[in-house]
Amino acid sequence: MTSNRSAVIFALALLAPALIYITIIVAYPLLDTIILSFTNAALRPTYDFVGWANYQRIFGAGDFTEVIIRTLVWTAFSVSIKMIIGMFGAVLLNAAVPGQTLFRVLTMPPWIVPMAIGIFMWSWMYNGQFGMISGLLQNFGISDGPVAWLAYGHTAFWATIVTDVWIGVPMVTIYFLAAMQSISKDLYEAAWTDGAGRFYRWRRITLPLMLPAIITMSLLSLIATFNSFDIIYILTRGGPSGATTTMIIDTYNTAMGSRKYGEGAARAVVICIFVSIFCLVYFRAVRRLSQGEAK
Amino acid sequence: MIDRYRWYEVAAVYAGIAVFLFFVLAPFIEGFLVSLKPLSQLFSTPYSFIPKNASFESYVNMWRSVPLLGLHIFNSFFISSVVTLIVIVVVVPASYAFARFSFAGSGALLGGFLAVNMFSGAVLLIPLFRLMRSLGLLNTYWAMIVPGAAFLIPSSIWLLRTYMMRIPRELDEAAWVDGASRLYTLRRVILPLAMPGIVVVAIMTFIGAYAQQFIFALTFNSKTEFMPLPIGLFAFFGNQEVQWNELMAASFVGILPVMIVIVFLQRYLVAGLTAGAVKQ
Repeated sequence: MTSNRSAVIFALALLAPALIYITIIVAYPLLDTIILSFTNAALRPTYDFVGWANYQRIFGAGDFTEVIIRTLVWTAFSVSIKMIIGMFGAVLLNAAVPGQTLFRVLTMPPWIVPMAIGIFMWSWMYNGQFGMISGLLQNFGISDGPVAWLAYGHTAFWATIVTDVWIGVPMVTIYFLAAMQSISKDLYEAAWTDGAGRFYRWRRITLPLMLPAIITMSLLSLIATFNSFDIIYILTRGGPSGATTTMIIDTYNTAMGSRKYGEGAARAVVICIFVSIFCLVYFRAVRRLSQGEAK
Repeated sequence: MIDRYRWYEVAAVYAGIAVFLFFVLAPFIEGFLVSLKPLSQLFSTPYSFIPKNASFESYVNMWRSVPLLGLHIFNSFFISSVVTLIVIVVVVPASYAFARFSFAGSGALLGGFLAVNMFSGAVLLIPLFRLMRSLGLLNTYWAMIVPGAAFLIPSSIWLLRTYMMRIPRELDEAAWVDGASRLYTLRRVILPLAMPGIVVVAIMTFIGAYAQQFIFALTFNSKTEFMPLPIGLFAFFGNQEVQWNELMAASFVGILPVMIVIVFLQRYLVAGLTAGAVKQ
């Protein structure tokens, strides 16, 4: 039923709306970004092709390389912390204690509530003079003065990571929980009769069997975190003095802030190259993992 | 069954859950408490977590500060609803095609759709801005709806395709043998059976659309009356001295409807998330 001609035409007809939509709204803009990156487009209506000039400029100055490194470090920290806390949460929510369902529902708000609104709340918590974190630290005598988390480079860097982790954790937790529950109970029973303790069972059964889920989630999370915009934009707009400027923020500021479309597009192209590499790794991993499963 | 928890294990689990949930909920708890604090207490030291003389004053005053709050909430709902409608109309036939037919290039096409998921809207902002401008959509609802839907289509196709693949093929074939056309089969046989899956996709899309209204609204619309909730609040409070207690009150009024929806629909959310992710 698969290869006859009318079936293919029917399938293509079904795909047409999605195909046309994505072509106009995603594929064409992607192409346009690449073309724009070789021009000196700005706010004025006309522009010329300038060859590799934009790329030479952004890589010549050196601060773009710094932005790339910062983005990778920021992403690496955020993703690893998400995985650890997500695993911690999944183990806890998997424990058969009363209240389980309620606890699972309570995990979801950061993921579901409009992102920007969660971030407003964090920006109050980080407030130096009156925010909760600084306030509690002073009340408990851990810090002697107010700490304006978003005002200094290194604290702002970590503050944006913490908020990003907070937004990402529910999804990771629920996903890990689902993967954990799909592991056959017999394995645990067998290990238990052999006298294996709880931690031993987690390390020898849960963890290895969840490895595909952990790899998949890490890669998905890597891509999402790498693209993270709202958190940094609302909390710091990339400041103070560039300490939280990741590639996405940098591109936004160049393109929409300074209206340097050509240069912004060149930066966007570099982001696309990174994302494509991540995608390739992701698809490879998924194929590998599903082959492993079929055996 | 397996060994029972000893009392200290139960205690450890609850303690762990308490820490975990505190991390997850702290901003909401703090946000809510701040919304109850009068302005004078907000800026007093030493810091107090629990509000003294709690009042709902800011829930009254915020309507003066953000007169369009109601409209922003409506806009958010309106934009998300239209996005959901577009996504469902586009995704249902596409998912069926991917679930049932394989032809030269169909695998690559599916991969291509999924890759779209990986590119953030922020990367395509410049050409999208130019596109929206040339289509005359800037400063209309459409400037937020059209790109918003595009980035939700791929994940929805993934989800619904998985769901449709579980419907036995024999049903389609039996209908064809009986002389039904392909389109009729899709409409009368598959669609009713896929309905629960479509509902899950619709809910996920709506929540996703509601949660992610920021960057397109920030860039493609500057008219206050079209702003969805997050941007409405951001634009308002970004422009002046932030009245934190009112901002928090407004945020809570804005998210209350979604929160209620979540409590009722959490089953579907978990189902959708896991179905879409665990199996490829």
